[in-house]
Amino acid sequence: MSAPAEEKSSFVINGKSWSGAVHPLKRLLDTIREDVGLTGTKEGCGEGECGACTVFLDGQVVMSCMVPTCQAEGKQITTIEGLAENGRLHPMQESFAQEGGAQCGICTPGMIMAAVAYARDPGSAEDMREALAGNLCRCTGYIRIFEAVKKAMAK
Amino acid sequence: MKSSIADFAVISPRTLAEALASLRQTPPPVPLAGGTDIMVLLNAGQLEPGVYLNLYSVPELRRPIEVSAGVRDAGTWGAGGADPPGEVRLSALTTYADVRRHAEVRRLLPMLPLAAREIGAVQIQSRATWAGNIANASPAADGVPPLMAYDATVELSSAAGVRQVALSEFYSGYKQTARRPDELITGIRIPVPAPGSIDYFRKVGTRKFQAISKVLLAGLVELGGSREIRKIRLVFASVMPFTYRARKTESVLEGRRLEPGAVSLAVETLRTELKPIDDIRSTARYRLKVACNLLEEFLGTTMGC
Amino acid sequence: MPDVLTTPAYRWVGHNPPRKESLEKVTGSAKYLDDLKFEGCLHGKTVRSTVPHGRIKKISFEPGVPWDEFTVVTARDIPGKNVVSLIELDQPFLADGLVRHMAEPVVLLAHPDKGMAEKAVKRVHIEYEELPAILTIEESLAGGNIQYGKDNIFKKYHIQKGDPESVWPKADVVIEGEYWTGPQEQLYIEPQGVVAVASPTGGVTVWGSMQCPFYVHKGLKPLFNLPDDRVRVIYTVTGGGFGGKEEYPTLPAGHAALLSWKAGGRPVKIVYDRMEDMWATTKRHPCKTRVKAAFTKDGKLLALKVDATMDGGAYVTLSTVVLSRGTLHAFGPYACDHVVIDTRAVFTNSPPYGAFRGFGAPQTIFPLELHLHRAACELGIEPHELRRRNLLHQGDRMATGQVMQEETGLEGLMWKAMDESKYLEKTKAYREHNRSSTRIKKGVALALFFHGAGFTGSGEVFLDSKAGLELTRDGAVRILSANTEIGQGSFTTHSQIVAEELRIPYEMVEVAVPDTAVVPNSGPTVASRTCMVVGELLRRAASDLKEVLVKSGALAGNGHTPSEFRAAAGKYLQRFGELKVYSKYKPPPDVSWDDKTYTGSAYAAYAWACYVADLEIDMATYQAQMKDFVAVQEVGRVIHPVIAAGQIEGGVAQAIGWALYEDVALKQGVMQNCQLTNYILPTTADTPPIRVFFYENPYQNGPFGAKGLGELPMDGPAPAIAAAVAFALGDRIIPRIPILPETILDAIS
Ligand SMILES: Cc1cc2nc3c(=O)[nH]c(=O)nc-3n(C[C@H](O)[C@H](O)[C@H](O)COP(=O)(O)OP(=O)(O)OC[C@H]3O[C@@H](n4cnc5c(N)ncnc54)[C@H](O)[C@@H]3O)c2cc1C
Ligand code: FES
Ligand code: FES
Repeated sequence: MSAPAEEKSSFVINGKSWSGAVHPLKRLLDTIREDVGLTGTKEGCGEGECGACTVFLDGQVVMSCMVPTCQAEGKQITTIEGLAENGRLHPMQESFAQEGGAQCGICTPGMIMAAVAYARDPGSAEDMREALAGNLCRCTGYIRIFEAVKKAMAK
Repeated sequence: MKSSIADFAVISPRTLAEALASLRQTPPPVPLAGGTDIMVLLNAGQLEPGVYLNLYSVPELRRPIEVSAGVRDAGTWGAGGADPPGEVRLSALTTYADVRRHAEVRRLLPMLPLAAREIGAVQIQSRATWAGNIANASPAADGVPPLMAYDATVELSSAAGVRQVALSEFYSGYKQTARRPDELITGIRIPVPAPGSIDYFRKVGTRKFQAISKVLLAGLVELGGSREIRKIRLVFASVMPFTYRARKTESVLEGRRLEPGAVSLAVETLRTELKPIDDIRSTARYRLKVACNLLEEFLGTTMGC
Repeated sequence: MPDVLTTPAYRWVGHNPPRKESLEKVTGSAKYLDDLKFEGCLHGKTVRSTVPHGRIKKISFEPGVPWDEFTVVTARDIPGKNVVSLIELDQPFLADGLVRHMAEPVVLLAHPDKGMAEKAVKRVHIEYEELPAILTIEESLAGGNIQYGKDNIFKKYHIQKGDPESVWPKADVVIEGEYWTGPQEQLYIEPQGVVAVASPTGGVTVWGSMQCPFYVHKGLKPLFNLPDDRVRVIYTVTGGGFGGKEEYPTLPAGHAALLSWKAGGRPVKIVYDRMEDMWATTKRHPCKTRVKAAFTKDGKLLALKVDATMDGGAYVTLSTVVLSRGTLHAFGPYACDHVVIDTRAVFTNSPPYGAFRGFGAPQTIFPLELHLHRAACELGIEPHELRRRNLLHQGDRMATGQVMQEETGLEGLMWKAMDESKYLEKTKAYREHNRSSTRIKKGVALALFFHGAGFTGSGEVFLDSKAGLELTRDGAVRILSANTEIGQGSFTTHSQIVAEELRIPYEMVEVAVPDTAVVPNSGPTVASRTCMVVGELLRRAASDLKEVLVKSGALAGNGHTPSEFRAAAGKYLQRFGELKVYSKYKPPPDVSWDDKTYTGSAYAAYAWACYVADLEIDMATYQAQMKDFVAVQEVGRVIHPVIAAGQIEGGVAQAIGWALYEDVALKQGVMQNCQLTNYILPTTADTPPIRVFFYENPYQNGPFGAKGLGELPMDGPAPAIAAAVAFALGDRIIPRIPILPETILDAIS
C-alpha cells in the first residue's frame, strides 16, 4: 500500500486550462469531481453503463468513468457546468427544465450532455432513442426527455 | 470503485519503438487502449495490479483508416477507371465511432458499421477500439465476428518484427490468443469481399443497445452463377467459449446449391456442431435454438435475394 | 402536453409552473450527498457476511495493513441498542455472533483514503460455523428449519366475504392458476449515501440521500441512547428512491454515525458503489400466488380465492405492511359476493426485501389480472368484456366490506384506454396477422386496477402527521414539512397548493430543507401520500395562516395583491416576531377501519386506471418488444400535469422492466448479477411511447381534490404485458415475470 504515483496532468476544462498532480489511471470522473472540483458530473455505476458521467472529450461524448486521466492529457473537456454561456442556459438545459425532463435529476447532467451531442451532430446516431440509449433514467420513462430534446432541437 | 489506483502504474511511451521495447520487460506492461474493458475491471476490483502501457500517447497507433487498391479484376470491374478497393486497414486505436463515420468502410464492409452501432452506446463507441475487442478475447466480443467473416488478419508487432495472423486462427480457447505478451496489435487488415457477396449480421443481446450479446451471427456468402455456394463464413459470438467459426457447417454448405434442402442440412449440422455455454446472461438451450434460427434467417433471406 | 380532461379553474393548481429545483438540476449545481465536501472526512466501508446463515467464530485482521490508521467498529462498540427500530426489533445494525443473510453488515472500517478503505475490506476475514439456510418460500414453510417464531411466518392476513367454498361445486366454470413475480431492484441512479458527525458531546448529525428523515431519526436514537433533540437528520438532494430509500438509509446512517462516534467526531462518509448497493440493499418482495375463480358461463364472477406468499427475507423490516397492501389490492376493482384472501410473509435467509413503489400491490394485482385474462380466454369472452361484466359500481361492497359511495368511473376509463390504443381494431388485426406470420407475433391486452392512496387502514391516524408554514423575513411563505423531493415533484406541488390557497404567486412559496431540527414530522414520503395527505395539511395550514393575518388586521379579508400580502406579512412579523402555523392530520369523517377483522375502509381514496400494452415478439429471438402503451387513470385533481404525467411514464417504464427485463438472479439468497451490465433496465430504445390520460374526479378530502398517483403506474403494466404476450402466443399464458426471451422459448417448446 504505497502512496499513489501521481503525475502532472493538464487539460482544458470548460474553456479554462487546468493542471495538477493526478494518478494517470485515476478515472477522469474522479479527477473532474475531486481535483477540478466540478461535481455536476455524476457517478451512477462506474462501469460505463448508466451515462451519468457523460462529458465531452475533444468534442466526443464519453463516459468519464471509463477514461483514465492520462488519456485526457492536453485535451478539451466540457462538463455540464460548461454548457451555459455568459450566464445563459443552453437551450437543452432550458427545455429539460420546462418539459419536466429532470425528475430526481441525478441522470440529468449526463443526459443533457448526450442530448447536446446528438443535437449538434444528428448524424451520429440513427435517431434520438439510439443517441440516448447510453443514459439510464429510472424516473422519467424517457418520454419528457424526448419532448425536451425535440423542443430544444427545434429552436 | 473497488480498487485502489495506488496499486497501478502507467507508462506513456512517445513512439512505437519505445512502446515495443517496454513490452520486453518481465512482466510486460499491459496495453491500455480505449480502456472500456480495463476500466470496468478496475471499477470491479478485478484488474490485476501492475504496470499499464498507454497506447494513446503513441501517434503511430492512431493512424486514420486506410483503404488501399486491390488487384484489378477485369471481369467485374470493367476495363479502365480506378483500381478497385482491395483492403481496409484499421489501426490499433481505430474506434467504432471512426468506422461508423467512414463512408467508404460503410460501403465496402457494411457489417462493420452495423456491428459498431450495436456495441455499447455512443459514449462507448467513441472510446472503444477494434483491436481492444480482439485482444480482450471475450466470447461475447461483437466486433470480432464480422472481421472474422471478412477474413481479416491481425498485424502483431514486437521489437523482433511484424507478423500477420489470420483472425480465424487467433483464438484457441477461452481467453487464449495467438498474441505473445511482448506483442501489440498494430493493425487489422480486411480484404474487401468479392463483388456480389451477401452478408448477414445480427446481434441478439439482452436489450437493444448497451447490451452484451447472447447470440450473434456474422455471415458472408459468395454465390456462383447457378447459386452454388462458392465460399461461406459463419461466425458466432457468445455461443461458444470463444468467437467461433462454424467450419463444419461451412464445409457442408460449400459447393452446394443454395436451396431449401441445403438450409435444413446446414441447420442440422450446426445443431450438432455447437456446444453452447450456459451463463448469467442466457442458457445453452436458448443459444443453440437462436443460433440455428439466425442461420436459417441468413440462408433463407439470401435465397430470397 | 399531457392530456387532462378538465377545465382548470385555478391560478396554480392544474398548471405547470417550473419545478422548484429544476434550475439546479439542469445546471449540475444541485448538491447530492457525494457532492458535499466535509473537512477531514473519513471514508467508511462495510465488511459484510459471505454466508447466508452462520455463527461468527472469529474476526481477524490480516497483517500488512496499517490498521492503526483505521477506525474499526463491530457490534461491541455500539453505545446503545444494536437494533434498527422499525416495526419489529429484530434487525441489528451489525451482526453480533450470528449472521442471517449474505451481505449482512458485520464490521465497519473508516480511513481518510478511499482506496485504502476499499482495499482493507478484503483484508478482514470472518470465519463462520455455517448453519443450514432457508433459501426459498417452500423451504421456509416446510418446517424443520425454524428461524422465526414458531413457523417462520412474519405475518398473515385473512379477508373473508361470503363463502367461496360453497360456490365451487355449483359454478359453471372454475379456473385455477399459480403465478410468480420476481424480486426487483429499485435502481435509483444515485446509490445510497450518508455523512455523519457523531460524538457523545455533540450528539449525532446525519446528512443523507433519503425519503424519510424521521425514520432515520427514530432509528438512531436507541442506537446511541440519545433523546430526540440530540439526533438531527438532514435530507440532501436525493437521486431517486422508489422505496429503496424508505427504510434502508437508517442502516448506513447508523454505520457512519458509529464510525464517527468512535473516530472522535470526525465526519464519516459512506457511499455505496453500484455493486454493493445491488448486493446488499432491499428489493421488491418476490411473491407466489394461487388464484381460484368461479364463473357462470357468461362470465359473471361468482367466487374468488387468492392465496399469496411473499418472501420477506431475514428480518421483518416492512414486510408486514407491504403484505397488508398486497392483501388489500388482491381482489381488484370487481364486485364479487364470495371472496377469500389469505396472505403471508415468510422468513428466508435473504437480505430483507423492502419497500418498492407499489408496496406489495403490484405483486397481487399481477396474478389477479392475468388470471382474468386467462379466464376470458377459457370462457371465450373478450377480456375487456369479462371485466366490464364484473366491475365494481356505486353501492357495491369490496371484499373488505367497504361500500362504494360513488361511481368509480372505471368503465369510462376502460373505453377511453381502448379507444386511444385502438384496442378493438388491434385485437382483430393482430389475430389475423398472427395466423399468417411466423416471424413476428403481435399482442395487445389490458389491465384494470386501483391503488389506495395514503397509509393502509388506520395507518394515517397512527402517523399523526404535522406540517406547517412560516413567514419569511421578506414576506414570503416557507413550507415546513419532512417530506422529501425525490424526483416526484413534491416541493413543486406543495408550493402550488400553498400558493393557490393563499392567493399569492407560486414564486412566493419556498420549501425548507427537510431537517428534523427544523421541520415537524409530517410522516414518511411513501405510499402516494405526500400530495394527498401532506398537501392537504399544508392547504389547511395556509388557510389558517391567512386567517391569522386577517385577524391581526394586517391583511384584508376580501382578497389581496402579492405586494399587499408581503406588506401584511412584514407588518405581522414586525409586531409578533414570527409566524409559524401547523396543522395536524384529521381522518376523513366517513372512514373507519378494523385492524382485527380487516374490514372497513382500507383506504380513504382510490385511484382507478386501465392500461393497455401493445407488443411484438420476434420468433427468431423470442424477445418481446413494447410497441405502444396507453395509461388512462382517474387520480382526483391533477395538481401539475407535467409532473403527474412524468410520474406515470416513469412508473410504467419501471414496470416494463419488471415484466420483461429485470431478473434478479439469486444465489445463496442474494443477488449475484450486481452490475448494470447484467441487470437489465429498459433504455430509451426499449421503452415505447407511453401515452398518458387523466380523468379528474376531485376528492373532497384531498387538497383541491387531489388523490395519490405515484405508485399507481407500477401496478398495471405487468399484467397487461403478460396478457399481451399470451395473446401473441395464441392464448398461451406465461404465469411468471420477468418474461425473458428464454422464458418464452421454454414456454413454447
Ligand atoms: C458499457 C460497455 C458496453 C460494452 N458493450 C460492448 C458490446 O456491446 N460489444 C462488445 O463487443 N464489447 C462491448 N464492451 C467491451 C469493450 O468496449 C470492447 O471490448 C472494446 O472493443 C475494447 O476496446 P478498448 O480499446 O476499450 O480496450 P481496452 O480496455 O483498452 O483493452 C482491452 C484489452 O485488450 C488489450 N489491448 C487493447 N489494445 C491492444 C493492442 N493494440 N494490442 C494488444 N492488446 C491490446 C488490453 O490489454 C486489454 O486486455 C462494452 C464495454 C462497456 C464498458
Ligand atoms: S458512472 Fe460512468 S457510466 Fe455510469
Ligand atoms: S431523473 Fe431520476 S434518474 Fe433520471
